Amino acid sequence: MTVLELRDVSRVHGEGENAVHALADADLTIASGELVAIMGPSGSGKSTLLNLAGGLDAPTAGEVYVEGTALSTLSKKKLASLRRRHVGYVFQDYNLVPSLTAAENAALPLELDGTGVSKARRAALAALEEVGLEPKIADRFPDEISGGQAQRVAIARALIGERRLVLADEPTGALDSTTGEEVLKLLRRRCDEGAAGLLVTHDARHAGWADRVVFLRDGRIVDSSSPLAEPESLLEGAE
Amino acid sequence: MSVKHSLLALLERGPAYGYQLRAAFESATGSTWPLNIGQVYTTLSRLERDEMVEALPENESGQRPYRITEAGRRHLAGWFASPIRAADRPRDELTIKLALAVTTPGVDVADVIQRQRAATLRTLQEYTRLKADEEADLAWKLVLESMIFKAEAEVRWLDHTEAVVARAELPAPSPFGHYEDSVEPSLPVEEKR
Repeated sequence: MTVLELRDVSRVHGEGENAVHALADADLTIASGELVAIMGPSGSGKSTLLNLAGGLDAPTAGEVYVEGTALSTLSKKKLASLRRRHVGYVFQDYNLVPSLTAAENAALPLELDGTGVSKARRAALAALEEVGLEPKIADRFPDEISGGQAQRVAIARALIGERRLVLADEPTGALDSTTGEEVLKLLRRRCDEGAAGLLVTHDARHAGWADRVVFLRDGRIVDSSSPLAEPESLLEGAE
Repeated sequence: MSVKHSLLALLERGPAYGYQLRAAFESATGSTWPLNIGQVYTTLSRLERDEMVEALPENESGQRPYRITEAGRRHLAGWFASPIRAADRPRDELTIKLALAVTTPGVDVADVIQRQRAATLRTLQEYTRLKADEEADLAWKLVLESMIFKAEAEVRWLDHTEAVVARAELPAPSPFGHYEDSVEPSLPVEEKR
């Protein structure tokens, strides 16, 4: 089932001679269970594509559909509601609220959406456990936990509730390689459980966790791999 | 790949005969580099000649186990202690191909790079999927991670090469003197996908 679809999407900043084509004529479809990596040089439009996919920015042409809903048809209020309920974001710098504890940060999208405090906390504790955080972390503030733990909290926040689309922008940031890999495993697992994931990365090793890789250059999709076959084929004929 | 050192390392676990050594090698490396049984026995003979292993009496099934000697142990320790030099590795066809791509008329270098990058990423995805198997043992995971990091390095090098080539104004390569009048060859990469 298609969760995200970009149909002929363009994003132009400015006008006339000063116009900058951040993204041009992008077509992309991501189904439930799929993790797609976006790669390309700096300034190639990776983050623009991610922001458009999550409704954080609007295209100047084309249409973005999340679970079949055209984002351009939604009022600001409904768009915000769709983002809270259906889309999870993981950013490079975690974007945790420093004055809230780990559990409060994770619970934030539910509380903003009107869920009661105790119910939201229960869901947050379950989400933190799902990303491998011990209960004692739940009541610590972001500056009292490690970078790896903070990113797990950010992922718990992105996955809480019934989100079916997870957008991650260089989510392993400054994490060491094994901690970064744990973060990608979480993302992979969530997709294996039925979410659709879009991962912006410049790191080929991280793109290795994806089902497909889309290459961007100068705002255009220049190449796109097809899903993998079964891995056994790889070692046949190895010498 | 050094079959000699691999066999010595396996014999350090205890005496073993050829088929056992081959199975242990393939188990440790996930069958990435299949070993021919003939290769195993030839290498064991050479190791015996060089007094690095010694043959033990045949067992009831007619299999002859080998045991590592002190000389073999010292040789093995020396191997573990010595870094592999880059110059020991075979010529890298990809490097040669790209060096020729930038100096061959009519080759779309960006296209060559993108094809390679997509292929390397595909391999990297497959390695990652194999590594994600929770039942894979540690030695196999280490082999896979080595291949993953090499593939990653290759993609980074391709990214870098692409940027360098894009910035460089490639001069038209000069033809060889005595071929100046010959017909220009046509290259398959000129065809657009």
